[in-house]
Amino acid sequence: MKKFFIGFAFVSLLIAGVLSYFASGDPDGLDKTVEDTGIAEHAQEHPFAGSTFADYAFGGDDRFTGLAGVLGVVVVLAISFGLFWMLRKKSDA
Amino acid sequence: MHMSDGLLNAPVSVVLLVLAAAGVGFALVKARADLDDRTAPMAGLVATFIFAVQMINFPILPGASGHLLGGALAAILVGPYVGALCVTIVLVVQALLFADGGLTALGANVTNMALIGTVAGFLVAVALRKIAAKGKGGLAAVAFISAFVNTLLAATGFIVEYAIGGAGGVEIGKVALLMWGLHALIGIGEGLITAVTVTSVASIRPDLVYLLKGNTKPLEVRP
Repeated sequence: MKKFFIGFAFVSLLIAGVLSYFASGDPDGLDKTVEDTGIAEHAQEHPFAGSTFADYAFGGDDRFTGLAGVLGVVVVLAISFGLFWMLRKKSDA
Repeated sequence: MHMSDGLLNAPVSVVLLVLAAAGVGFALVKARADLDDRTAPMAGLVATFIFAVQMINFPILPGASGHLLGGALAAILVGPYVGALCVTIVLVVQALLFADGGLTALGANVTNMALIGTVAGFLVAVALRKIAAKGKGGLAAVAFISAFVNTLLAATGFIVEYAIGGAGGVEIGKVALLMWGLHALIGIGEGLITAVTVTSVASIRPDLVYLLKGNTKPLEVRP
């Protein structure tokens, strides 16, 4: 049981930490749509665009994408595990 | 599929924030019944996996890519309520920590990807549950179709929102054609990733696949 959970977490770390370097840099379907139609001209800069890990980089340096990915995995795991563990029906209740 | 701020006008953005908050609140209440000592860790890992895979944009056409949305994947593995919460957590972390997806647009992004995508994927998966129970091939097919539909309907969410209150007044037919065309291709990727993930989990821990539980009924309170 524990083995499966550890394996699942490891796969996520590997994807975010390593495979992320091979991701396509082209706009996704929605970005492509808004760019091709000119809607993108109305897009506002993100309020946190200058923050440390903006755009999955570190201080704007995307050689650290893997690091940002690992950080994201840890943060999402902590928040989601915490929330779901708190919400669960307790077996001894 | 993360919208930046400014693509939708303020009233529509606010309505979608309220809608998203209501949907997430409802999911929070309903999720309790689906979470126990075994499924709670699984749900945390599903959210984490969706975050990781969303980083991987795959090419669909020259100059265009797509990434997993994860609604059907989450719904099949952990159910619609917990699944919607998984995708919501991912979107909130992306917006706040990685400046991916706007803040006033967060309501729209949660509505499209976490609520519409997850519910659509779940309803399709439940409708085809008999096929999913027939074995690995059946489960893969159901996962693929549910994920494909979840992608197209999430894209449709943006089209509708843009039609109601989009910036720039671009002809809606043009927006719809581009969105549906591109997301039909992205939906194939979403379908493949979802099929591989769900069948992998099912081959190791079938007891952790929500869709395969015998006693679950769609959108009903279980005794």
